[in-house]
Amino acid sequence: MVIPSEEMEGSREAFAELALPLFDSLYNFACWLAQDRVEAEDLVQETFAKALAGFVSFERGTNFRAWIFRILRNTFLNSRSGLEATRTVRLDEEAGAQAELTQMTEETPESILLQESNQQAVRAAVENLPILFREVLLLADLEEMSYREISEALAIPLGTVMSRLARARKLLREILQKERARA
Amino acid sequence: MACDLWRENLDAFVDGELPAQMQQEFDAHLRGCSSCAASIAARTKLKIAVRNAAVRRYLPSTEFRRKMETQVLGRKRERRVAWIWVPSLAAMVAILFGLVWLVRPARNSGTATFSEILDLHVTALASANPVDVVSTDQHTVKPWFEGKLPFAVNLPDLTNTPFTLLGGRLAYLNQAAGAELLFQFRKHRLSVFVFQDQAQWKNLGATEKPEQRASFWFATFSVNGLRYFVIADTSAENAEQLSNLMKRAAGAE
Repeated sequence: MVIPSEEMEGSREAFAELALPLFDSLYNFACWLAQDRVEAEDLVQETFAKALAGFVSFERGTNFRAWIFRILRNTFLNSRSGLEATRTVRLDEEAGAQAELTQMTEETPESILLQESNQQAVRAAVENLPILFREVLLLADLEEMSYREISEALAIPLGTVMSRLARARKLLREILQKERARA
Repeated sequence: MACDLWRENLDAFVDGELPAQMQQEFDAHLRGCSSCAASIAARTKLKIAVRNAAVRRYLPSTEFRRKMETQVLGRKRERRVAWIWVPSLAAMVAILFGLVWLVRPARNSGTATFSEILDLHVTALASANPVDVVSTDQHTVKPWFEGKLPFAVNLPDLTNTPFTLLGGRLAYLNQAAGAELLFQFRKHRLSVFVFQDQAQWKNLGATEKPEQRASFWFATFSVNGLRYFVIADTSAENAEQLSNLMKRAAGAE
């Protein structure tokens, strides 16, 4: 029989206070990563269990949101579908991140306006982004994390956050433009 | 030449990641460069489109939410408590019950009111016409409420603040009419609701610091018989800053 100590209980309460308000965001993000609700539930459940267990090592005063998103994201990457999703992207990304940054596809405001009106098209385009681009884009635009927070959540340098985000947006524009041309 | 420098920073500008000095310089450049201004507009629209397409796309089921709350709060452990603790636990429960009884009316009314305010705010944002009077001028918005509300709505002077007034509309809460004022901070919209104070809100008091609920920052206070609710999705600092501006306009200081 285990009776939780006062310290553990205090820690649990502190954890609940920080983690529960993020529950909806974490679940939404997990669904965007896994694209499967059952798997997303498993991810969130495992994330909360890991975060609760590791909460004693969480440095108070540092960014809890980035910390728990990082746990969720690592949990996903270590899952079978996460491993499959990343295998195809890493090599491609490392092949020349800087080269593409200098030749960004330009867009006209009008074309984006059309795309914006079609939420379904934007949603589908985001879903079609490779996972490493999808996650950085969602952390920046949906979660509105700062580059530094994203760097903590994804465990990548700030420069990589910027180049990956630029490439994600470039790819998103290309998908939307192709979609529009087809329509 | 100047554009080459800024083209590398388009995303950083849209994401609000440039240092303040550079942000100002970029602002100045945009006023004279239609090409960069168009790129910024397109990127901003795409950023908003992504957010709108992704936000609350997937909501957890009630069942899963309960399951996770139980997991995090550890409610099930109660069954495993040793018998030796029962008498002291009973005493604690009695004390807690008393405390909860004292606190409950305030918390319940606060939570319910917050939910209603949140609904009003989100409904306004989702509307194609979020405001009925569209103006950045406080001297246009304030008179618009005259004759529509049984009180005057004092608007703050937003000069040298990061906020812009977008306009106002009528809002209804507990069968009473009030004002909703919509402000902009960067690309975010914040609401301030003003109603005549109601007896059921007396327990709300004034939030010392904005509280975070459902990912929104929420502040409330009462000045001269009027109850103010401030709701923001940006930061506690924004909500507090806007609250202070409203308090000053209402004559609290």
